[in-house]
Amino acid sequence: MNGSNGHHGGPAPLIQAQSVHKRFGRKAVLRGVDLTVNQGEVVALLGANGAGKTTLIRLICGLDKPDRGQIALGGVQQKQAGHELRRYVGVVSHAPLLYDDLSSLENLRFFAQLYDIVDPDVRIQAVLRAVDLWHRRYDPVRTYSRGLTQRLAIGRAILHDPPVLLLDEPDTGLDQASAEMLRGLIRQLGGSNRAVLLTTHNLDRAIEWSDKICLLVDGRIVYEAATNELAADDLKRIYRQLAIEQNGLAGDLSETFELSPSLDQSESI
Amino acid sequence: MSVQTGSRQITTLAGQPVSMRTQGGVASYLRKIWAIFAKEVRAEFHTKEITSTMVAFGALAVVVLGLAFDLRVPDSKMVVPGGLWVVVLFAGVLGLHRSFGAEVDRGSMAALLLAPMDRSAIYFGKLLANMFFMLYMELLILPLFLILFDTNLFRPWILVGVVLGTFGYAGVGTLFAALTANVRARETMLPILFLPVMIPVFMAGVGLTGGILDGRAMDGLWRWLQLMVVFDVLCITIAFMVFDLIWEGAS
Repeated sequence: MNGSNGHHGGPAPLIQAQSVHKRFGRKAVLRGVDLTVNQGEVVALLGANGAGKTTLIRLICGLDKPDRGQIALGGVQQKQAGHELRRYVGVVSHAPLLYDDLSSLENLRFFAQLYDIVDPDVRIQAVLRAVDLWHRRYDPVRTYSRGLTQRLAIGRAILHDPPVLLLDEPDTGLDQASAEMLRGLIRQLGGSNRAVLLTTHNLDRAIEWSDKICLLVDGRIVYEAATNELAADDLKRIYRQLAIEQNGLAGDLSETFELSPSLDQSESI
Repeated sequence: MSVQTGSRQITTLAGQPVSMRTQGGVASYLRKIWAIFAKEVRAEFHTKEITSTMVAFGALAVVVLGLAFDLRVPDSKMVVPGGLWVVVLFAGVLGLHRSFGAEVDRGSMAALLLAPMDRSAIYFGKLLANMFFMLYMELLILPLFLILFDTNLFRPWILVGVVLGTFGYAGVGTLFAALTANVRARETMLPILFLPVMIPVFMAGVGLTGGILDGRAMDGLWRWLQLMVVFDVLCITIAFMVFDLIWEGAS
């Protein structure tokens, strides 16, 4: 089972990766990834640690270059595009990509300048209210909890309203209320002609938040399915089967994914 | 949705459009350099991490030099040119390694690399900030030479030399700070790699300062200023050309 290669009369693909390979030293991290995320679609990328999820996100956002294969954003090949293409991508990564010593207002003002946003104060206010940080706008980011920092990181990623949103484990460290806010944002963004690619270890959230699931095993997308056809238990079974087929070892699934809501809640305390 | 250049409007979270200037050219480039410079200064204003370290080290070094040479050198003014530039060279390194090191440690470097701009804007923004911090430090340690060595360094051509030398220092230093930012032992590696490259600026600075303090005519001192200008132009050109390559896959 391979990832789809394009669209056939449906919505335009905003993210299109074709036969992407990436190697770090002697280790092949990505081995021919094909991935398409269409306009208005939210796709969850699942895989064990080291499966290549973050590497793929880094390649798509342009922080790194593939050894082989092609990546196009909105139909524009990355290799041929200049730095203007970066304007069309918003990224939330493991690191918040923020300045601890500055307040959230100062952080967003700085990024608004980098993205040439006209009338930035109006936009910053809208974003800070959307991530519920307007009341903390003058506080230095170093005084924020992990959850608040992650919310601001999401605010930074959507500040310039990018058509492509890449979220690398955006739910890490979020409590239930923040996760719910994030779900709402992702749904709102995905439903408004953007393409959202997210990675998570939480199967229930992946199914709830996304339109499509892609399983990345050993550097390849080995399975993809629409989430309305799936339940978390099905996905666990499919993953175990595919991991055995690909690697000979399924590993401990509880280490790979957050399997129960109770575990999920305890992590957020 | 296809990716387009030019202005665009998208309905946002609050139902308001986001407009971006995407055809700014040089003005946009300069605005980004300014934004990075202002961000650095604002962050430093909150923490005083770089300036306090550089000023404390610089002041301490001048005091130590004053005590050391007061006992053995007949006219301690003779060591002022060398002392000044030694202090500038070593105090500056303390600030330089924070320039990119802090970004890499805190994981914020990727945010700069993801911004839609030529990455040389990052270099120039950081260069200006480093130069600003160094000039601030120099402004505070120059009076110490008056107190401890009875030597007034606030003379126009000495100040021109200090500004030109600091520009070259910050230019090369910012480039080397970027080169070593991802190296684990960057605090050690930066001065080892960078200080030998600064020998021309050091020699020119000492030559110019010494010449002016000795009361020599400027006719004989132009070559030191010319050396500084050539060094500055060369290093800035090289940094502009190679800066983007440094961050290929290194963020």
